[in-house]
Amino acid sequence: MVDFAGYWMPVQFEGIIAEHLWTRESAGFFDVSHMGQLYVSGHDAEAALEAVLPIDLSTLPVGGVRYSLLLNEEGGILDDLMVTRWDSGFYLVVNGATKWDDIAYLRDHLPDAVTLNHLEDSALFALQGPKAFEALEPLVTGGNPLSTLSFMRGGQFKLGGIDAWISRSGYTGEDGFEIAVAAEKASELADLICGQPQVKPIGLGARDSLRLEAGLPLYGHDMTKLVDPVSADLLFGINKRRRNEGGFIGANKVLSLIADGGLRRRVGLAIEGRMAAREGATVLSGDTEVGIVTSGGFSPSLERPIAMAYVPVEFAAPGTSLSIDVRGRKLAASVVSMPFVPHRYHRKGAA
Amino acid sequence: MTRYFTKDHEWVAVEGDEATVGITDYAQSQLGDITFVELPGEGSEVGKGDSASVVDSVKAASDVYAPVSGKVTVANTALEDQPELVNSDPEGEGWLWKMSLSDADELEGLMDEASYQAYVAEL
Repeated sequence: MVDFAGYWMPVQFEGIIAEHLWTRESAGFFDVSHMGQLYVSGHDAEAALEAVLPIDLSTLPVGGVRYSLLLNEEGGILDDLMVTRWDSGFYLVVNGATKWDDIAYLRDHLPDAVTLNHLEDSALFALQGPKAFEALEPLVTGGNPLSTLSFMRGGQFKLGGIDAWISRSGYTGEDGFEIAVAAEKASELADLICGQPQVKPIGLGARDSLRLEAGLPLYGHDMTKLVDPVSADLLFGINKRRRNEGGFIGANKVLSLIADGGLRRRVGLAIEGRMAAREGATVLSGDTEVGIVTSGGFSPSLERPIAMAYVPVEFAAPGTSLSIDVRGRKLAASVVSMPFVPHRYHRKGAA
Repeated sequence: MTRYFTKDHEWVAVEGDEATVGITDYAQSQLGDITFVELPGEGSEVGKGDSASVVDSVKAASDVYAPVSGKVTVANTALEDQPELVNSDPEGEGWLWKMSLSDADELEGLMDEASYQAYVAEL
């Protein structure tokens, strides 16, 4: 157990590799209640949110989930988040370590007519993996079948009689669900889901290795307020209409970076051998320091070390040979496109 | 054969003037799944307390210090393909290297098994 964002959380249950592989082949259950759940509502909440976030809410239907970024005036990333349109407002899920700063920042930047509620009485779970659907589906008791959800869609459901907001989304690259439930029912629901034969509980260690394989950046490591969305390769978090129109915090800086491409990029590195390179390790081209690793570790699925790093754009093309200094050793590495392990989302219209 | 233990959670089993070195069961349980072991070169001289090997796990890379001084005679090359042996049998097949002892007196400062178990119980 470790202190994580002020929460006492398990690093592992039976072991990081076993939990990781179980999630990739069956279904893993994560308690992510440390994350911040916010609700934004009131007069013109939509326009008010668009004045802050680079998101296009005009194309987000009720129940739709979209990735977005919280930026400062300089275009630095303060957090990444998920935004869902509910009937009467917007449901935001932000990172645990940044949630208090996010709340303060949003309250500062949203007009008084818009209300921001911190849903502190709501727990949040994730169920991830190719068998997540078959594990969760039999627990649905209401009239709304789980099969109505495709990737990045959510809805109100009942699980064993318990009300839950479920979206088909996650942080592992697998098909799966994120489940918000009243805190007083959280333990009962966790027991119900973990009672399914396909499901095992998963700790923070495998959550990190799974998201790394999926090429998904982790706030505070692969993005910080000193990094912009262009360098972080997160332009999908800046919706097309907003790239043309601007009008969000940090737009001037971000739009000019989009135009000129910026100087650095977050890239994936596949490392030769078995020794892992971790956050802070120096990336070299020949003998010249060119970048830094922001997260890295042994990939249980690929059985080799992988990493994310920031390098100048001229070294960012897949196939570029680089090396990483790990404890005085130069590990050979090459730039590869991410994800390292293909995503297996359940997209609408797919079989 | 007598087995000694260090505060850094290495063990050293001594038979005559040859010693076998590894990490303890407690150490492997703390490290988690071990994915790579960097072994010392055969023939290399190590001093007591020197970092002689690195054990890389899914959580972190950790130095393994030579519990005594001497010359490395054999490295456990089975670990190149099966680093997980350090998890499954840390005080047996998961040994790291064998070495000659240059100063048997250095063993005096190490713990015996009972002392080590008492030490771990306090952690």
